[in-house]
Amino acid sequence: MVTNITNLSRSGLYDWMVQRVTAIVLAAYTIFMVVWLLCNGSVDFAAWQGLFQQTWMRIFTLMALISLGAHAWVGMWTISGDYLNERALGKKALVFRFLFQALCGVVMFSYVVWGIQILWGH
Amino acid sequence: MTLKVSVYRYNPEKDAVPSMQDFDIEVPEGKDLMVLDVLALIKEQDDSFVYRRSCREGVCGSDGMNISGTNGLACITPISEAVRKGKLVLRPLPGLPVIRDLVVDMSLFYKQYEKIRPFLINDAPPPAIERLQSPEERAKLDGLYECILCACCSTSCPSFWWNPDKFVGPAGLLQAYRFLADSRDTATEERLSALDDPFSVFRCRGIMNCVNVCPKGLNPTRAIGHIRNMLLASGT
Repeated sequence: MVTNITNLSRSGLYDWMVQRVTAIVLAAYTIFMVVWLLCNGSVDFAAWQGLFQQTWMRIFTLMALISLGAHAWVGMWTISGDYLNERALGKKALVFRFLFQALCGVVMFSYVVWGIQILWGH
Repeated sequence: MTLKVSVYRYNPEKDAVPSMQDFDIEVPEGKDLMVLDVLALIKEQDDSFVYRRSCREGVCGSDGMNISGTNGLACITPISEAVRKGKLVLRPLPGLPVIRDLVVDMSLFYKQYEKIRPFLINDAPPPAIERLQSPEERAKLDGLYECILCACCSTSCPSFWWNPDKFVGPAGLLQAYRFLADSRDTATEERLSALDDPFSVFRCRGIMNCVNVCPKGLNPTRAIGHIRNMLLASGT
């Protein structure tokens, strides 16, 4: 078994499942938003705020945000392992890979927190 | 008929960098030679040219190489299929270190094969004659046991190019499933737990180059899917 400490769960199976499940959540959210926008014609501030004031929509949006963070982490971690590894960059790969992963982590965490602030802010 | 052939040349004792060398090869009219025959004709012109071969009929897997951009066995690839834009381009299998000309170092490939423990594990005392299988159990091994380890699939896989030390690769995983699917093997749980890391199986991104190039028409992507399903069944 290959050990690794920077992927989401240390288990390839868990990461794989998380990526698939979050993809379904994101697809459902995207389809819902597209259908909602099509059905509501010209959307004004009141309609938009009305939608996002409902608890189920906030839960759905938060689920989509967390899914986006987890999905992106698994994907970006994979990309960093492919293109920022020792075969591609030599000995300095570790520094680049770690910085890239740290940056991705900060960006994704920030998006989730910012999203929560927007959803529950005034 | 004159056939233009461009061949990858590299002799680490003499050359600083690899290069492509062009040959004009006279091939008989009305006869569809195999790429391996063309290699023999090149060798007649330049005996310093090196390649691997053995059975010359697609059984041993020695002459896997990149033929006009696609991995395949030189001995069973006719030049009518391999010549593109009037030229035959021959390179070593991609992603593995080149020893010389078309000969690559397959150590990493074999290391991954070794990792999946490619042998039957069964600690039960062996019966007097042999361990029996039903025809249905035996049928599960079809499409798996035929692999000749030519490395055409693994060396066409980008995931194997990037992580040949960590990702088992399509050839190794096809064999991993061959033993997982074998009714006589009792080490299923150990085999699965050795594969449940982020690299060994899960670096497969379903690109399916392996299926595209396998000279034996096997489907490693499907075998990898079966392994994932087995992991999922045991892990949920």
